[in-house]
Amino acid sequence: MQLFSTSIGRKILMAITGQCIVLFAVIHLLGNSSIFGWLPGGINAYAHHLHSLPSPIIWGFRLGLLAFVCIHIWFGIQLTMENRGGRPRQYAVKYTQKASFASENMIWTGSLLLLFIVYHLLHFTIQVISPETAALTHPDVLGNPNVLGMVVAAFQNVGVTLIYAGAMVVLFLHLSHGIQSFFQTMGWSNDRIQPFITKAGTLVALVMFLGYAAVPLTILVRILK
Amino acid sequence: MSDHKTMTLTLIVWRQKNANDPGKFETYTAKNITEHHSFLEMLDCVNEDLIHSGKDPIVFDHDCREGICGMCSQVINGAPHGGQDRTTVCQLHMRKFKDGDTIYIEPWRARAFPIIRDLIVDRSALDKIIQAGGYTSCHTGGVADGNAILIPKPVADEAMDAAECVGCGACVAGCPNGAAMLFTGAKVSQLALLPQGKAEAAERVMNMSNAMTECGFGNCTNHYECQAACPKGINVKFIARMNREFLKAQFA
Ligand code: HEM
Ligand code: SF4
Ligand code: FES
Repeated sequence: MQLFSTSIGRKILMAITGQCIVLFAVIHLLGNSSIFGWLPGGINAYAHHLHSLPSPIIWGFRLGLLAFVCIHIWFGIQLTMENRGGRPRQYAVKYTQKASFASENMIWTGSLLLLFIVYHLLHFTIQVISPETAALTHPDVLGNPNVLGMVVAAFQNVGVTLIYAGAMVVLFLHLSHGIQSFFQTMGWSNDRIQPFITKAGTLVALVMFLGYAAVPLTILVRILK
Repeated sequence: MSDHKTMTLTLIVWRQKNANDPGKFETYTAKNITEHHSFLEMLDCVNEDLIHSGKDPIVFDHDCREGICGMCSQVINGAPHGGQDRTTVCQLHMRKFKDGDTIYIEPWRARAFPIIRDLIVDRSALDKIIQAGGYTSCHTGGVADGNAILIPKPVADEAMDAAECVGCGACVAGCPNGAAMLFTGAKVSQLALLPQGKAEAAERVMNMSNAMTECGFGNCTNHYECQAACPKGINVKFIARMNREFLKAQFA
């Protein structure tokens, strides 16, 4: 397939998989926000609903997401390595007019995100980092996993909150370039809409940063208990 | 009169005997330069001094010296063509500089553009991309009537905007990945927009983008440095159009 071998094809695969991960991240953020109480029973009820889905759905979703992440990372590394010698010697004076810190460091912000994803899964999904507050082994009064208790216990620690908030800054950087990049790579852009797409992409990235960082930060300052 | 005021500049110029020579920077002084000199005329003056003192002149590409042929190709202080909006080096004038300035002058640097000598690089990779599909196959014979195929004005204008590309390669020189997406995007679009080019659009985009990779150009990461470097103001919308043509070709 031309999609897997050519320059533009591999870019398109990266863009589609990246954007699917973004869609997941938006849904995940909506789920997290149940911690602020819009859903009766809060985040514990949300987690309970999610886990009562038939397991083929849950596992289909997880494996699909894993495949997207793998494709995205595989081609991200491959394309970046091919590009490293694209300019065999740097110019004596560095002069960039449009490239940004975000666009020049996609491979590094991406790699940090990967590290974060692994840590985050061990922490809140597999729950082996702080077993003493693991939701799976500490049910709430209704007998559901006590996700709220686990999350609150974790973020009362400054170090953990800083890791999460820092990771969200990295996510912001990755997406502030990545979202507009998706539209350009798919060919869904032109000179009239590009300024709008760029601003909207950065705005979405900012909202994701604020939304995700709100949970650990409000817990740290004891607004959310 | 400002003609009487002259500038003295320090030039730090890339000198390289051939593709295998590692090359190095040499420092020269440009004297008696007025604001009316073009950048290339300034180099002509320096070269005359070099020749008089028995040294090798700085070798650089140029032809029309009026901004239309795309031959001139120098990176000045890190900017292809010197960084003035929509201006080739030959149209860059010394009024942009001031007395005492230090100016770095380098060749286009890209994997696909081996250096031939000093500031001259081999840009035949761009010709290979054109040979892969930058044309329409048509039967020879009588000249077709100009208005036999009607083309809406906005479409014709858009195709002309893409066709402004002079093939200088500044987009490649400005791209941190040494990608040729703006050049190829412009050529693919200029033909894909017009009825005569549509017939072979799918084959063309595949062949030209494959040629791009075979020639050693990098992959696009949407920095848009190419558009900033382009002396003809080619817009990255033509890269988006090529990506669109590529996707369409997958289903053709
Ligand atoms: C939370 C996870 C992630 C999300 C939501 C995400 C999202 C995106 C998006 C939407 C793009 C733009 C696609 C394009 O048009 O090129 C992108 C590009 C990229 N990503 Fe990710 N990504 C994630 C994780 C990673 C990881 C783990 C890596 C690497 C280890 C990575 C490396 C890259 C690279 C190198 C690019 C290409 C930059 C470019 O071509 O402009 N990403 N990402
Ligand atoms: S797109 Fe612009 S910079 Fe690139 S070759 Fe054409 S004229 Fe030169
Ligand atoms: S010499 Fe022809 S464009 Fe500069």
